[in-house]
Amino acid sequence: MNKFIRAFTFGIFALVPMLTLASSGGVHLDKAGNDLTDKESLKRGFESYINYCLGCHQLQYQRYGRTFADLGISDADGVANFMYTGEKVGDHITNTMPAKEAAKWFGSTPPDLTLEARLRSPDWIYTYLRSFYLDPSRPFGVNNTVFKDVGMPHVLQSLQGVRTMDEHGKLSEATGGSMTAEEYDAFARDLANFLEYTAEPSKLEREAMGYWVIGFLCIFLIFAYLLKVEYWKDVH
Amino acid sequence: MIANFMAWIEKRLPLMDAMNKHAAQYPAPKNFNFWYVFGILASVVLVNQILTGIWLTMSYEPTGEGAFASIEYIMRDVDYGWLLRYMHSTGASAFFIVVYMHMFRGMMYGSYQKPRELLWIFGMFIFLVLMAEAFMGYLLPWGNMSYWGAQVIISLFGAIPIIGDDLTLWIRGDYVISGATLNRFFALHVIAMPLVLVILVFLHILALHEVGSNNPEGTDIKKKKGSVKPEELSKFTFHKQYSEKYDIVDAIPFHPYYTVKDLVAVVLFLIGFSWVLFFAPEGGGYFIEAPNFEPANNLKTPEHIVPVWYFGPFFTILRVVPDKLLGMITMFAAIGALFALPWFDRGTVKSLRFRSKAHMINLTQFAICFIALGILGTLPGTDLANNIGRVATLGYFGFFVAIWFYSKNEKTKPVPERVSG
Repeated sequence: MNKFIRAFTFGIFALVPMLTLASSGGVHLDKAGNDLTDKESLKRGFESYINYCLGCHQLQYQRYGRTFADLGISDADGVANFMYTGEKVGDHITNTMPAKEAAKWFGSTPPDLTLEARLRSPDWIYTYLRSFYLDPSRPFGVNNTVFKDVGMPHVLQSLQGVRTMDEHGKLSEATGGSMTAEEYDAFARDLANFLEYTAEPSKLEREAMGYWVIGFLCIFLIFAYLLKVEYWKDVH
Repeated sequence: MIANFMAWIEKRLPLMDAMNKHAAQYPAPKNFNFWYVFGILASVVLVNQILTGIWLTMSYEPTGEGAFASIEYIMRDVDYGWLLRYMHSTGASAFFIVVYMHMFRGMMYGSYQKPRELLWIFGMFIFLVLMAEAFMGYLLPWGNMSYWGAQVIISLFGAIPIIGDDLTLWIRGDYVISGATLNRFFALHVIAMPLVLVILVFLHILALHEVGSNNPEGTDIKKKKGSVKPEELSKFTFHKQYSEKYDIVDAIPFHPYYTVKDLVAVVLFLIGFSWVLFFAPEGGGYFIEAPNFEPANNLKTPEHIVPVWYFGPFFTILRVVPDKLLGMITMFAAIGALFALPWFDRGTVKSLRFRSKAHMINLTQFAICFIALGILGTLPGTDLANNIGRVATLGYFGFFVAIWFYSKNEKTKPVPERVSG
């Protein structure tokens, strides 16, 4: 049996480098370093989302009321300051942009972003928002290093400013925006944080429950093991 | 009062007798090791899938328009819906992990050999139905990978000469995967397949209890009646169905000894299962693939269409054969070869412990090839990957060819009469 395990382990170790060679890499992403427990960041992200993103990108699976509750915003405050669409707090966060028309305007309908952070990742969103650069060949005059030939204009240009790409494919520092680079990074981090929240609103609850369940099982394991030992005294 | 009631029942339906026969007085070899827990674990996962499945069905909407949103409804608005959903999605992967381990156990200790061929065949049918069940279930979230995965696999049938196109049309119920396909897959996934699965599991266990459990040494614990000295007989009471026909040695009743031992295994398994469920429900993108977080879109193909990891080995075999029809035939042959394993192996010694070095090497290379095929199945099909895949495919089939040759006159070690462990 030991021989088998040794041969098997050797085989697997020989295999892994070969298979790594066989797979391919992707675009480099910066780490967002966002934190779902940071409610102030989530609130800022929510506010920015409402102000800058919701016009085109719905969050059709996420409800206003749930978001208010999870982010610690009272319903009255939420309705007054965050809810520009929808009628009741129970409504989903949608917009009124006609999807077919939008497809004509942008080349494709701006996608719903409720699950974007799970489809791509918070790091992807963070990097994407910071990676627009001037490209006169594109309809809106900008391109993106993370999402090549994206149909979206750089709607945050007034905040970030503009970046250009040199002949080596390196992006310049942004100039002409109302925010410093640090402020803009924080802005993008808040948005990535908020979208990680909408992608899975129960994530924190899930992890918190996990500790209790696994804790219980570990204690139960002790008793299950002792029970086994007790019964098996008859056998040995 | 209760005793009378029980007696009344027992006369009409011998429940206690059945319990004794299959649990409290079922003779199980006393030397089961780690590899023998996966059958129980598979049953635990089956129950998990059925129960969580029932509750998911209560809130799921099987239509092309509503399916994706209904999953998000379950994840957000249904009380503990996220828990049910993750238990089900993690359970699907866990099912294959334990079933693959269970099958490999059978291969290591020759549990498919005479007289357990039919038991193995039932097991293989369970595996086949499980794959169909998982494949159909994977379409139901109506994510983009669900959609394109199903599109690719169903289109394979189009490679069959003459009837191919009509067959794919018949399976899909439409010219592309559509709401009609989703509806029928839903019906098959929640009713037809689970029903067949449960019946097959029942038959698998009945067949097991008829021929008796194998053990890591492959020795027979049922000896000819009268051949064993009374003091060497197992000291436990076994059901007369077994003890009247044979002298039973080295065995213990399944209940309570293996039920308490399996309980430890179940708890250990649940700890691992919960760890994935609560802290990594996407399983690193292998249990729930990222493209499935956007709705099915017949105009937008995911970058790499790869099936879920558990189909990896067979998908790779399919992919590395340059011709579509031949690829499909090879893939089905790979499953067919497993079905026929009891006849490929012409040996009489069951356990790896007493078989030849050739067998050890052969089984090891098979395991490595199978895992390599599985890993490759989750990667894009580059030239290098396909070439490695071809070597692994040869290794996979080579196992069956080789065992047929060497097992006839294999140099084996003597098998002990009695269980030593």
